[in-house]
Amino acid sequence: MIAFWVLAPVMVLAALGMVLSRKAVHAALLLAVVMVSLAILYAVQDAPFLFVVQIIVYTGAILMLFLFVLMLVGVDASDSVVETLRGQRLAAVVLGVLFAATVGIGVAQTTLGVVTGLDEANADGNVPGIAVLLFSRYVFAFEVTSALLITAALGAMVLAHRERLGPKETQRSMSQRRMREYVATGRPLGPLPTPGVYARHNAVDTPALLPDGQTSSLSISQSLQARGNVRQAMSGEVDETLEQLTSEQERRTTTGNAAPERRHGTDQGGPA
Amino acid sequence: MSATPFLTLSALLFTIGAFGVLVRRNAIVVFMCVELMLNATNLAFVTFSRVNGNLDGQIAAFFVMVVAAAEVVVGLAIITSIFRTRRSASVDDASLLKY
Repeated sequence: MIAFWVLAPVMVLAALGMVLSRKAVHAALLLAVVMVSLAILYAVQDAPFLFVVQIIVYTGAILMLFLFVLMLVGVDASDSVVETLRGQRLAAVVLGVLFAATVGIGVAQTTLGVVTGLDEANADGNVPGIAVLLFSRYVFAFEVTSALLITAALGAMVLAHRERLGPKETQRSMSQRRMREYVATGRPLGPLPTPGVYARHNAVDTPALLPDGQTSSLSISQSLQARGNVRQAMSGEVDETLEQLTSEQERRTTTGNAAPERRHGTDQGGPA
Repeated sequence: MSATPFLTLSALLFTIGAFGVLVRRNAIVVFMCVELMLNATNLAFVTFSRVNGNLDGQIAAFFVMVVAAAEVVVGLAIITSIFRTRRSASVDDASLLKY
């Protein structure tokens, strides 16, 4: 009972947040909250098998599939606020309230009688009880389920399959294409040049230097170039560093020999 | 414990899911709202199973889960194939059958 009154507001809030959140990823995560809370409510209601299935199948498999597709299909595309049908939102609110009232009245007017409880049905354990029912009375539905699952898997494969439009590129055709490009444009046949290696930088955003003193744009990844994250190899940084070093040198000579001596002292003090 | 609070919660979740289906445009979110409705009915099934004292309701919830899994697989495949051709996951853009 405590579990219910703790989880019910959480579930309703998460469901509302799912409907109202602009970003689809937030909606998916809030749906995960609802599903895990539902699993706990199943456990409270003497359904340990469904508790496990809810977490493994729903939260583990289905929701992760949702997230996968969300990442494939424009994760940053948030919903537009513009109504394409005029008054759609208002109509939806009215319909929702009416529907809630209808179902609420239905729930309020039914008398359920005494709650029997599952102690007798779960006497041999919940999982054996479900298994006995599943393989006796519901065995036909269970077998039809297998056909459904196979059809669904095949359908997903057919729908997500992409027909190859051109012939597949082999290693031979690739090398021929490179050779043709070399003849036509003079593009080098070998691998692309590596990024530059300098005294202060050797990261991938540093272009290599060509013999004539220019930098080679081929040595930098195209995505870095598109983002404008390329470091200038021949920037004024050298001068800046030189200036810094000389000023430090000057400071050292004016303050005397204190700094080097102190460092010397700590070096000796370290091992002792 | 009485079954009415569980049924009320189930009805509330179902309503929220139906409202989401009516309001949202993103096909994936609409799909999530359908899942929420299925889950709400599952809660009602499990509650009725406890009220009646037999496991038939739990079996029904189990079958709902299986069908939901199959439905999600096919539905998401449809959404990805629509996205591949139209570059949009909005349900408003898939309206060619109307004309």
